[in-house]
Amino acid sequence: MSWGFLRDLLSGVNKYSTGIGRIWIAVVFIFRLLVYIVAAENIWKYEHDEFECNIKQPGCENVCFDHFFPVSHIRLWALQLIMVSTPSLLVVFHVAYRENREKHHNQKLYKSPGEIDGGLLYTYLISLILKTGFEIVFLVLFYKLYNGFKVPRLVKCDIRPCPNTVDCYISKPTEKMIFLYFLVTTSCLCIVLNLSELSYLIFKYSIKCYLKRVIKNRQ
Amino acid sequence: MDWGALHTILGGVNKHSTSIGKIWLTVLFIFRIMILVVAAERVWGDEQDDFICNTLQPGCKNVCYDHFFPISHIRLWALQLIFVSTPALLVAMHVAYRRHEKKRQFRKGDQKCEYKDIEEIRKQRFRIEGSLWWTYTSSIFFRLVFEAVFMYAFYFMYDGFRMPRLMKCNAWPCPNTVDCFVSRPTEKTVFTVFMIAVSSICILLNVAELCYLLTKFFLRRSRKAANPKHHPNHENKEETKQNEMNELISDSCQNTVIGFSS
Repeated sequence: MSWGFLRDLLSGVNKYSTGIGRIWIAVVFIFRLLVYIVAAENIWKYEHDEFECNIKQPGCENVCFDHFFPVSHIRLWALQLIMVSTPSLLVVFHVAYRENREKHHNQKLYKSPGEIDGGLLYTYLISLILKTGFEIVFLVLFYKLYNGFKVPRLVKCDIRPCPNTVDCYISKPTEKMIFLYFLVTTSCLCIVLNLSELSYLIFKYSIKCYLKRVIKNRQ
Repeated sequence: MDWGALHTILGGVNKHSTSIGKIWLTVLFIFRIMILVVAAERVWGDEQDDFICNTLQPGCKNVCYDHFFPISHIRLWALQLIFVSTPALLVAMHVAYRRHEKKRQFRKGDQKCEYKDIEEIRKQRFRIEGSLWWTYTSSIFFRLVFEAVFMYAFYFMYDGFRMPRLMKCNAWPCPNTVDCFVSRPTEKTVFTVFMIAVSSICILLNVAELCYLLTKFFLRRSRKAANPKHHPNHENKEETKQNEMNELISDSCQNTVIGFSS
C-alpha cells in the first residue's frame, strides 16, 4: 500500500474527466507526486537527527524540535496530496452506481454512464469545489503553522528543560524552502486549473440549458 | 510510483517520435534516470552525515552545509529530468486529442472516416505533420530550454562542475574561518561530469532532431510547390518499414530498461 494506489485511483478518474481535468491529473502526477517521491522525501528524511541545539541539556533538543515542527512539512505535503486526490472518488462512485443501476434494470438508462450530464455533472462540480477547498485549506495551514513559507536557519528556543534561550539550527533550510515554494506554486496552479474547469463546465451547461429552453419555446 | 511511472507515460509518446526522438528517450532512461537511481543516489546518500567541519561549535556544520549546498546535486538532477521529460506530454495530449476527434467522427458514422473499428484508431500512429509538427517542434524547443537552464543553474550555483575536498566557512555561529570537508569529492566529481556529458549529448540530439524536422518541413514545402502530384503510398511504405525497425530497436532497449528499473 503506497503511492501506487493513488496513481491507480487517479488513472481510473482520468476516463471520466474533461480535458482540463486530465491536465490537472498530469500536473498532480508529475509535478507533485513524482517530485515528492524522488526528491522531497529525502530532504526531510533525517530532519530530527540533523536538528542541532547549542546545548548539552538532555531533552532540550527534542522539546524544541517538537515546538517548532508540530507537524513536519513533508507529512503535511503527503496529507495534502491524499486529500486533494480523494474527491475524484465521488465521480468514480457515481459512475459505478449508474452502471449498477443499468445492470439491475437490465436496460440502457443513460446515453453513456461516464458522460458528464444530469446528476453526474453536480457530483463532478462538487468534487471540483472540494478539491479547491482542500488545496486552499492546506495552503493556509502551511502559512499559519510556519509563519509563511520560509524555513529559518536558526530558531531560538527557551522551553523547559532548556535552561536559557538556546540557539537551534535547522538542517538544509534553503533546500527545504525551495521545495516548499515549489509545492505552493504547483498548488496554486492546481487551484487555477480547478477554477477554470469549474467555470468551463458551468458555462457549457448553462448555454446548453438555455438553447434547449429556446428550442422548446419555439416549438 | 516512481521513475517507472514516468517511463510508462513517455513510452506512449515514443510511437509518434522520430528516430532521433527515440534515441533521445533511450539515452534519457538508460544513461540518466537509471544512473541516477542505481548509482548517484548512493554516492550522495550520506552527504550531510559525512560533511565534517573542524569545530565543535554546535550548528556550525548545519549552517556551512546549507551555505555551500543550497540545493543538492541529486535533487537538481531529479528536477532537471522531470522538467526535461514533461514537454513530451504536450505531444501525448495532442495525439490523444486527435484520437478523440477521430473516434467521435467514427461514432457519428462519418463517410470520410477510413477506419474499420475503434481498435484501429487506438493503434494508429500519426505522422508528424500539420499541427502535430508544431506541437512536436515546440516540445523539442522547450526541452532544449530546460536542459540549458538547468545546466547553467548548476554551473552558477557550484562554480563549475568540480567538487572541492575542502571548503572554508565563516558563517555565524562558526567562531572563525573553519575548514569543512566534503565526503567522496572525487566520486561526486566523476558523476557530475558524467551527468553533464550525457546532458550535452541530449542537447545535441535535440538540436539534430530540430534541424531534421525543419529540413523535412522545408523539403516537403518545396516538393509540393515543384510537384503538386506525389505518390503518398510509396512514401508511406518506406517510412512504415523504417518505423517498424526503429520500434523493434527501441522496444528491445526499453525491455532492458524495464528489467533494470523494476
